[in-house]
Amino acid sequence: MKKYIFFICFIVLIIFSYFYQLSAGQEIGHNFTVFFTEMITFLPVMFILIGLFDVWFPKEKVEKHIGKDTGLKGTLWVILLAMLQAGPLYGAFPVAYLLWKKGSSIKNIFIYLGAFSTIKIPLLAFEIGFLGLKFSLFRSLITLPVFILIASLMETHLKNKQFEVKQP
Amino acid sequence: MTIFLIIATITIIASFFADRQKTLVGIKKGLKMFINLLPALLNILVLVSIVLYLLPKETLVKWLGHDVGGIGISVAAILGSISLIPGFIAFPLGGILLKSGVSYQVIAVFITTLMMVGVLTLPLEAKYFGMRVALLRNALSFIGAVLIGIVMGILI
Repeated sequence: MKKYIFFICFIVLIIFSYFYQLSAGQEIGHNFTVFFTEMITFLPVMFILIGLFDVWFPKEKVEKHIGKDTGLKGTLWVILLAMLQAGPLYGAFPVAYLLWKKGSSIKNIFIYLGAFSTIKIPLLAFEIGFLGLKFSLFRSLITLPVFILIASLMETHLKNKQFEVKQP
Repeated sequence: MTIFLIIATITIIASFFADRQKTLVGIKKGLKMFINLLPALLNILVLVSIVLYLLPKETLVKWLGHDVGGIGISVAAILGSISLIPGFIAFPLGGILLKSGVSYQVIAVFITTLMMVGVLTLPLEAKYFGMRVALLRNALSFIGAVLIGIVMGILI
């Protein structure tokens, strides 16, 4: 309940301003109603889908394949693993360390970071909801080759430079 | 929106027939995530409602809209690179800005730099990869993100 304190105060103020015909409060209240209606119609469903995805494609199963497969297959597994994660970019660094320990190539480690930061499933769900399927699809399809290219450049640059991922 | 709801319903029904137990666990998991996020999300919607009242659409469009070539993109790229806004805040914000007339290009640059470049997390990234490598990754990502945004603006 504590977490809703700010929101409850807001609602009280909005009701107050409708009661006393305060135009600022009414306009803000109208803005809020529009955003809220939009959010509540799709977000719960979106989260149910994320939950279902989580149950049908558990991360643990994907993790088994990491490091073993090389080449294109290895890259695909790394991308899939990244897509199943959630959270901010700094949460990806420890996983990058694990990938390195498991024998992933430099390229795949940076592909992991790229995929993690741009095409995580929960993130895509949000993006589709608020910015539209077209935006999300275009952005994902354009981003994919870009972060693969960045990873290739990183590998070319770091190949003979005793690069390693450290555990701080 | 309607298409999405139809596809989602079909998916949920299909999953239910395939495995009732799994589906119920999944639905519970999803709704729990939603409930956990709800207070933060409501607060964001409140803040955005207030900010959009104070900052009229005309001002937003003037600075971040179509006509002002490089300024919108530069502002978006810098803000996106240095801020640490989680996706569940950035996307609703982006959606609302888009409806207020801010261009796809600016939104795309902001979202992609936000995702790929982390100036504030550089010290942490450097601990794992070394400062030189972290700087290089961020620099390449910055260029990549701006390019993605510009291409998005041309295509959409």
